[in-house]
Amino acid sequence: MTIQDINTTRRGFLAGSGLVIGVAIAPKMLSAAPTGVHAGGDPALAPMNAFVKIGTDDTVTVLSKHIEFGQGPFTGLATLVAEELDADWSQMRAVHSPTDNKVYANLMFGLQGTGGSSAIANSYEQMRKAGATARAMLVAAAADDWKVPASEITVQKGRIKHAASNRESGFGAFAEKAARQTPPAEPKLKDPKDFVLIGTELPKLDTHGKTNGTSIFTLDITPDNLLIAVVAHPEHFGATVKSFNDAEARKVQGVVDVKQVPAGIAVYADNTFAALKGRDALSIEWDLSKAETRSSEELSADYRKLFGEKGLEATNKGNLDDAFKAPGLQTVEAEIVFPFLAHAPMEPLDAVFIKADDGSVDIYNGAQFPGMDQEVAAKILGLDEAKVRVNTQLAGGSFGRKAQFGSPYIQEAAAVYAATDRTRPLKHMWTREDDIRGGYYRPMYAHRMRGAINAQGQITAWEQVIVGQSIMGKADLDETSVEGASNLPYTIPNLKVSAHNVQLSIPPLWWRSVGHTHTGFAVETFVDELFQKIGKDPVEGRLALLGEKPRHAGVLRKAAEMANWGSPAPEGRARGVAVVESFGSFVGQIVEVSIGPEGAPRVHKVWCAVDCGVAINPNVIKAQMEGGIGYGLGAVLFDAVTLAKGGKIMQSNFHDYRSIRINEMPDVAVEIIKSSEKPSGVGEPGVPPVGPAVANAWRRLTGAPVRQLPIVNIVSA
Amino acid sequence: MVTFTLNGQERTFDGDPDTPLLWVIRDFEKLTGTKYGCGVAQCGACTVHLDGMPRRSCVTPIATIEGSDVVTIEGVSGKEADAIKTAWAGLDVPQCGYCQSGQVMSAVALLQMVPKPTDADIDGAMTGNICRCATYHRIRAAIHNAANSMEG
Repeated sequence: MTIQDINTTRRGFLAGSGLVIGVAIAPKMLSAAPTGVHAGGDPALAPMNAFVKIGTDDTVTVLSKHIEFGQGPFTGLATLVAEELDADWSQMRAVHSPTDNKVYANLMFGLQGTGGSSAIANSYEQMRKAGATARAMLVAAAADDWKVPASEITVQKGRIKHAASNRESGFGAFAEKAARQTPPAEPKLKDPKDFVLIGTELPKLDTHGKTNGTSIFTLDITPDNLLIAVVAHPEHFGATVKSFNDAEARKVQGVVDVKQVPAGIAVYADNTFAALKGRDALSIEWDLSKAETRSSEELSADYRKLFGEKGLEATNKGNLDDAFKAPGLQTVEAEIVFPFLAHAPMEPLDAVFIKADDGSVDIYNGAQFPGMDQEVAAKILGLDEAKVRVNTQLAGGSFGRKAQFGSPYIQEAAAVYAATDRTRPLKHMWTREDDIRGGYYRPMYAHRMRGAINAQGQITAWEQVIVGQSIMGKADLDETSVEGASNLPYTIPNLKVSAHNVQLSIPPLWWRSVGHTHTGFAVETFVDELFQKIGKDPVEGRLALLGEKPRHAGVLRKAAEMANWGSPAPEGRARGVAVVESFGSFVGQIVEVSIGPEGAPRVHKVWCAVDCGVAINPNVIKAQMEGGIGYGLGAVLFDAVTLAKGGKIMQSNFHDYRSIRINEMPDVAVEIIKSSEKPSGVGEPGVPPVGPAVANAWRRLTGAPVRQLPIVNIVSA
Repeated sequence: MVTFTLNGQERTFDGDPDTPLLWVIRDFEKLTGTKYGCGVAQCGACTVHLDGMPRRSCVTPIATIEGSDVVTIEGVSGKEADAIKTAWAGLDVPQCGYCQSGQVMSAVALLQMVPKPTDADIDGAMTGNICRCATYHRIRAAIHNAANSMEG
């Protein structure tokens, strides 16, 4: 597909006649009339605030303000609309919405963006209202046409019916007439007990194109006369170009130009291989005077020096100092060090820039914060924001990588494009090496834990100190550093949690499940050690301290039931358990582990129970638990980005930044707790429990607690 | 000048002979179903069939395939391909979907060689294909389903 085809498709889609449901932000909640135009687009064509479009061909298309990169918002949002519209699932379609920070704001962020496992929670009412509005307007149109009372009309599986007069129609025939009806002031939503689609395992809308190679990702956008650009980046964080020689690069067949840009040295070529070959032929001298030159080992030592100093207080309940002075106590201490982690989505970062005849620019990218990308690119390109259109594309994963405040990737790419004369479309792409070495990692963290057990075998005190970078760039306490620890779910009378923010030139970023990637591990392994010390069963011990946390207890009980907890594990295997709440969802997991052929843990089975409120699509929820488990497991077993002595990044590609592979993937069983609570997210919450559950099983199997990640390092050390 | 067959059609390439087949397919032939993921044969996103065998196109210089028959996700066909695609859809295997062309190409090649693969056969054939979304659990089940569907 060429860019021309894509534009035609988009324009055709928005131009086609039919019913378009917009969701105006104010003053009226919903408006069916187009209230504006898509920035820069043809004013006659594009309703600015479209959320749902019903075509004369009977299709119902949902415009998703959340990017689809695997977590299922296309399917989830379409389910919400279809439910209230009483559509048939086969007529549902989904596309990305245009970019508009107001109309398409994530109601939790205040700007357009995907993240924090928020798509369903954020859209649950909004998209149902859009569906209910469309249904009411279709019914009004039919009532008018058939000269019957609207109250006598029923809608089921995409068919509008009037039984008494034996009349029936699809949506398409009334789409245009419906567009001229007055939308209801407050559309009536279904009682959840009447749901017919929500809660069923509907097939995903994006499966077909992703199975036969026809789905288009940013990397696949190949307009004629396309220029490919790659940038040579430094191997140290904070390094800058001192000097470079591009003579050999320019000799490479297909290389068009070489330029110094803020991110390094850009090579422009007629095809991808020429760009890569040209980049390899560059000779660059880097200025390391401001670079991070400490190794990971040195950083770890520096972090641990902060354990004894006064930190930023996150929680302080009871009296910790007194509690630790009580007579007859057993105390347990642990230090746990977490490495930097790259997200390594399958599709490395990329973006395509195309100038239109009027000088405006279309950007095609996997935009997780599209409004921010637009703002940043407009500034660099010297254009009004209205002259820059960000066209969100399917993305090959993100796991947090594409959600960056200030859009630093788009800054790099836009600067590379801005350095050209813009006569040719340009694709800027990162290679896997750029991705692994590109920073914006899950930061390195060090935790120190102290626990006290009294003579009666009760946990009386818990202290946790967390050292690492603030993802939010804060000078004071960053909640994302301590979430999951500062709100410890277990009832322990004396609790103190504090944090230290560390400044580094290695840019930090959230990574699937954010703070819970490390707090979940530290809390769940340490509490398990305390139970072992007391001789308490890890499930019973947890349940006894979760009296105030029924949803934690619920998933834990369910996982224990699934795993037949209490029955002996097969010879040579041990089971481990963990339960973590993140992003409003609760996940309990039990794993079964043996010692693998290379001495590392072999995870055979994971039993997973999830409580995410009302389950919109159990198929997607189960897929996210399976995927989250694999993603989290791969990281705790294998992954670290490490700085060598001198600060050079050691890893570069999948051979040394390992991904879990099919032969290492455990069998996974998932059950969803039936709930009438508001729906919460599933993209991230499957990740946190698997690591500590594996470490707990490993400690019971081998006697060795996991104090450093990844596990493979301690096994091979 | 290199001459080869791409999805049944004769093609020629007269650019840099070092150019990997991946970039010939994507940049020159504009077939974009075959993906770039690592460039060093570690992830399998670029898997095509070369003379009937799965091959990582990112490390296959175009000069080495003179006279060969290349099949990509756009051209793969036959009962194994149909069974795999149907099984993939039946279990909604893809998440982000970026690696799935490569997964499908490896899985089709497996079924062409081993009509009724065991779990160990699946491990052997599919370990070179990374899925960062970790859809492995469903990939394994879908391959078994596809094999079962071909029996009848």
